[in-house]
Amino acid sequence: MTLEAKYGVPTVALHTDKFDRVVRSVATVNGMPGLRQVFVPQPIMGKTARELRAYVDGRDQITGRPVMQEVVEGLTRPPREGEEGPAEFDRTSDRLVGPDSPERLERLFLDQHWTDGLPIVLPTEERVAAMLAGTRRRPDEVVGRMRSTHFREYWEYTVEKVAVNAVMAGARPEYLPVILALAATGVTARSSSSSAMASMAVVNGPIRHEIGMNAGTGAMGPYSHANATIGRAYGLLSQNGQGGSVPGLSYMGNQGNSYAYNSVTFAENEERSPWEPFHVQGGLPASESAVSVFSGCRSTAFGLGLRETHWRDHVRNLLRGMDPSIPPTLLLDPIAARQFVDRGGFGKKAALLDWIHDTARMPAREYWDYQLVQNYIYPRATFGEEPWASRLRAAPDEIIPMFRREDIHAVVVGGETNGYWRIMGCTYQKTVSVEDWR
Amino acid sequence: MAHTIAVLNPMGFAPKVTRRALAPRLPTLEGKTVYLVDCRFDDSDLFLEQMRAWFAEHLPGVTAVVKRISSVYLNDDPATWEEVRTRGHAAIVGVGH
Repeated sequence: MTLEAKYGVPTVALHTDKFDRVVRSVATVNGMPGLRQVFVPQPIMGKTARELRAYVDGRDQITGRPVMQEVVEGLTRPPREGEEGPAEFDRTSDRLVGPDSPERLERLFLDQHWTDGLPIVLPTEERVAAMLAGTRRRPDEVVGRMRSTHFREYWEYTVEKVAVNAVMAGARPEYLPVILALAATGVTARSSSSSAMASMAVVNGPIRHEIGMNAGTGAMGPYSHANATIGRAYGLLSQNGQGGSVPGLSYMGNQGNSYAYNSVTFAENEERSPWEPFHVQGGLPASESAVSVFSGCRSTAFGLGLRETHWRDHVRNLLRGMDPSIPPTLLLDPIAARQFVDRGGFGKKAALLDWIHDTARMPAREYWDYQLVQNYIYPRATFGEEPWASRLRAAPDEIIPMFRREDIHAVVVGGETNGYWRIMGCTYQKTVSVEDWR
Repeated sequence: MAHTIAVLNPMGFAPKVTRRALAPRLPTLEGKTVYLVDCRFDDSDLFLEQMRAWFAEHLPGVTAVVKRISSVYLNDDPATWEEVRTRGHAAIVGVGH
């Protein structure tokens, strides 16, 4: 689209057929519904030269016409009347839906993909007004904007829109400042990445206790009304605030991700942690409440405690099982956190993270051959971005770090019923103060 | 009569979409340079090499140049786009998904 509109170069975009609806939708919302797009079979990855040549010699999977005929005509045939769409269009929707019976409205919300498939609380005027009492901010204030993928347009949402989704999730008014802070991150919990991402939200500071969040036993499971509904509200706000999350159209996660039901939302167990709270690393005082958001959450490894003799090997094995394109965040029960202090002498969290960075290593030839490394890291390395550029110069058998040190994190959570701990493969995105949204 | 209620719409506010025109199409590809732009996703480069071979066999009057973008596809790449504009006449970008 950039080549066409900004550089004036006639262009054809090639895609695999699974992305037919989504790429046509993206072209339309970018003002170019007539963009020339040609569709070959999925997948490209792993096919032989002969198989790929058969794609070229074959037919467009949508139109049924020869691929190369579509390509050549796409570059040479002028647009037909009306092919380039209307001069402009907007998608303004009414503030209110209905009136109708509650049963029909619930069905409508489901059919419109405004829910997560579970029953919702209908956002009546009265319920939304009650929710808005949870903040001093005006209903019409813009909180932020989101989009489901890099190529889509940003949609905006107000305090009232956040409150509407909070009501739908079953949240209470006292949770609203946390939900607003999550919305203010602008980080979607409904990415359309084909890798099936989810988000993780960590809450720190006094508000954890004020609203009854769980940082102990079962904190990451369905055992706290606050944890469950705040995370659900973040997800609903993401999908609705950004303009949708519909499989095949605006959501392409191949397997989906059950973490997305409540975006792995929990409070850090600051009181039982041997280290400073997570949000303090972001420069906020411990006395301030904050939310921190992570993206990815596709891979998880776990272990029980740290054995005296081989704990370093065991942790190394867990780390080697992670995809090197996605950094690790350690989610440590307080028992496990104290074992890292006792066994490894990691009195400072930074010392633990340094050790994780130094421990997670693999031969350069293996690292650079990972598909996601090829897709997302190798291109940046080839154009000089550090530390990957230096790692690209390593000999094939040289043992190199799997991750960047600054991408590795640790959060303490759990009720000390045992020393189980896990590693979440996810990327830290942002920390936002809750105080601004009270 | 059944009990009815009105509720609030949960959707955010969409930006207005304004049409952007396609670039003028070429009368023919004969004698032209077509850039095959590799977006560096999965094995796009291998696919585009096959497409370049097709041009050599079927449209030898077309110069097909395979060009990799400068970084990941998520980043804008003005240097590559400028090269395509100044040295080429048309582009095929792929393979996206």
